[in-house]
Amino acid sequence: MIAGHDIDALLEAYRGRGREALLPALWDAQRAHGHISPENVHRISHVLRVPEADIYGVIGFYTLFHEEPTGRRIIRVCADPTCALVGADEVLHGLHDRLGLSGDGTTADGEYTVEHSPCLGMCDYAPAALVSERGEDDIALPKATVDDLLGIWNGAYFTPAGDDESVLLDPSLDAAPQTLSAYGDYRALRRAIFDLSPEEVIATVEASGLIGRGGAAFPTGLKWKFTRGAAGDVKYVVCNADESEPGTFKDRVLMEHRPHLLLEGIALGAYAVGTGKAIIFVRGEYPKATAILGSAIQEAEAAGVLGAGIMGSEFSLDIDIRRGAGAYICGEETALFEAIEGKRGFPRMKPPYPTTFGLFGKPTAVNNVETLCAIPGIVRQGADWFKGFGTAESSGTKLVSVSGHVGRPGVYEIQPGITLRRFLDDYCGGVVGELRTVLMGGAAGTFLLPHEIDVPLTFEDLRAAGSTFGSGAIMVFNDSTDLRDLLRRLGLFFQHESCGKCFPCQLGTQRQVEILERLEAPRAGDRERLHDIGLTMSEASICGLGHTAALAVLSALEKFPELFDAEE
Amino acid sequence: MTDDKIKLTLDGKPVSVAKGATLLEAAREAGVDIPLICYHEATSPNGLCRVCVVDVDGGRVLQPACVAECGADTQVETRNERVERSRRTILEMLNASVNLEQAPEIQDMIADYSADDERFPDARRRESEVIDDNPFYVRDYEQCVLCWRCVQVCAEDAQFTFALTLKNRGHETSVATAFDISMTDSPCVFCGQCVGVCPTGALKPKVEWGIEQGWSDEELRRQTRRKRKKDNG
Repeated sequence: MIAGHDIDALLEAYRGRGREALLPALWDAQRAHGHISPENVHRISHVLRVPEADIYGVIGFYTLFHEEPTGRRIIRVCADPTCALVGADEVLHGLHDRLGLSGDGTTADGEYTVEHSPCLGMCDYAPAALVSERGEDDIALPKATVDDLLGIWNGAYFTPAGDDESVLLDPSLDAAPQTLSAYGDYRALRRAIFDLSPEEVIATVEASGLIGRGGAAFPTGLKWKFTRGAAGDVKYVVCNADESEPGTFKDRVLMEHRPHLLLEGIALGAYAVGTGKAIIFVRGEYPKATAILGSAIQEAEAAGVLGAGIMGSEFSLDIDIRRGAGAYICGEETALFEAIEGKRGFPRMKPPYPTTFGLFGKPTAVNNVETLCAIPGIVRQGADWFKGFGTAESSGTKLVSVSGHVGRPGVYEIQPGITLRRFLDDYCGGVVGELRTVLMGGAAGTFLLPHEIDVPLTFEDLRAAGSTFGSGAIMVFNDSTDLRDLLRRLGLFFQHESCGKCFPCQLGTQRQVEILERLEAPRAGDRERLHDIGLTMSEASICGLGHTAALAVLSALEKFPELFDAEE
Repeated sequence: MTDDKIKLTLDGKPVSVAKGATLLEAAREAGVDIPLICYHEATSPNGLCRVCVVDVDGGRVLQPACVAECGADTQVETRNERVERSRRTILEMLNASVNLEQAPEIQDMIADYSADDERFPDARRRESEVIDDNPFYVRDYEQCVLCWRCVQVCAEDAQFTFALTLKNRGHETSVATAFDISMTDSPCVFCGQCVGVCPTGALKPKVEWGIEQGWSDEELRRQTRRKRKKDNG
């Protein structure tokens, strides 16, 4: 990390680069100064040759960037559903009180800025906080208290992970990231490079039936085949580590504990599609995962399993890490490309698809962290081994993130096919209290009622039940939950995270939350309003965010109609 | 040359268009009217407003006619129940946020789709003061629908001046200069192209605005560039 506060010295590292270096340069300025001033925008503009207005627009798009001065310590407390269940609001209000703030803002002495934040991906350690100390690396704080946040903290946390049947997780893992020597010598990559053609790797992945774990469930082998077959000498593999779906934190656990599993998966993807260039885009709220991946890349390059001439072969791979800056939309693959390119994270129109027109307009295979982590096992042990787990349509193991009212929130590796009920009982220590509902698939998910939880956890069964596996988020709520407050928070999340590009989502997420905020006393016609807003967003928006921003509300209209009754 | 033609059915009628033609072009070929807000012949289409959406083969999502290409042998419905609901709801939600009084084309759409003025009571409107910071035009972002045309012509679609950007995101998005500096402090060269492509009254020549304000001829001369030229000459 670059130390020092002199912007010109910081920017020396970027000389000769262009707009793609904008987010890294803004991060350096933000870290050193706590915000990005007009003077610094001017200097960045000159070094990177990007118009000042464009830079200003980028700063305003990403919530972790500030254009106004901030306190020396910026404290962000998650205000999304699972953190709210365990007192996130009380922590926020406690901070306001202790610091003499009337709400979110900066103290008069310039020491503290307090903000509420969208999901920080630490739902297993709710309430979560993200702290930025001027000039230091950011820290994600588990089970945050007011005293922690104002004092000196111990940010250590460890998500217990895996059992004897685990593939992606490993019961021998402890709080430290797995080292290269503990992980092993990238045996799958060695096998691929020396024994298999890229086409054979792709064929194996296709035969395994692996489908994307990021939420869209697209066949991975097919995506690689398209990218490999696309015209062009320059191609990319991009790892989507912008896990931001409220209630989802499995990718964080993989990156923090098994960085080499991910790196080997990325290397296999690069070998398969035929590129020497890969980028991992990690959400800005995951500073620990970002640092661990950075160290792991260095470790792997030093050992010759990544970098130039891997294992003495002709195959070379350079893996870069890019840090996001607070925008759920950047989990959408084309918005993610725009962010790497140094732009506002707007989703692009598709077609063209990333496999032909992706990052920098080049053919790109973009895969989720968990998807890539499944690859080494498939290449090493074969498609049939992988198909031995799960069901025909949901092959392999699957990680799920469980939060809310269960005995043991956390990340679990399951074999698809187990019912939700058995999973909650056998893995999660059961439901705490009387189950009211399960929000399946995250904020962009659907509600299941207590009598519906015998559904097998597979992509196909959940789809048939009108629900979704999504990215594997399972949020459990007991009968003490205020469902109106839950819906309001979901609505606030989407209102905050809509990029604003297309009218249906830009306007719909706003109109939707306005109604969800008055559910204590709905107006006549609110049910029909939510229905029209929801279908319009679902059918007419540009991207997946808009298409799913009303899913939970439409599901609630069906499952909890009494919440929307207006008093006549 | 039949290979270069695509046949599809649009509102029950067969249409033949060149390969690569958009659904909008096919609709025009068939004499079918498609409402448009953000689309402009002179700017790169971004498919933002989505009032041009049509139903292709009853697909899960509707397609923006301005950018979506025609598919061979598809069945396109330009105004069925789904299409009408989306168009009407978008217009109602837009009307609840933006002052559309000086957008006659959108007013016609509101009438055509029976969009209810009062559909979203207590909605948060995008309110702002009129920005009068130069002798050539004023900016009234209460009337801005965020079609992006002004930002686009200021940038790579025409002028390469880059005075404008989009600020914030979601419903709070607005068009702005860097750090909201005045237009005279920005790189703006006052080419006027942004005013020319604005579909509402958000960008308006200063003289027109002055007349609306009831300024005297003398005031108009004093407040606009014509006076300064005379002084300098």
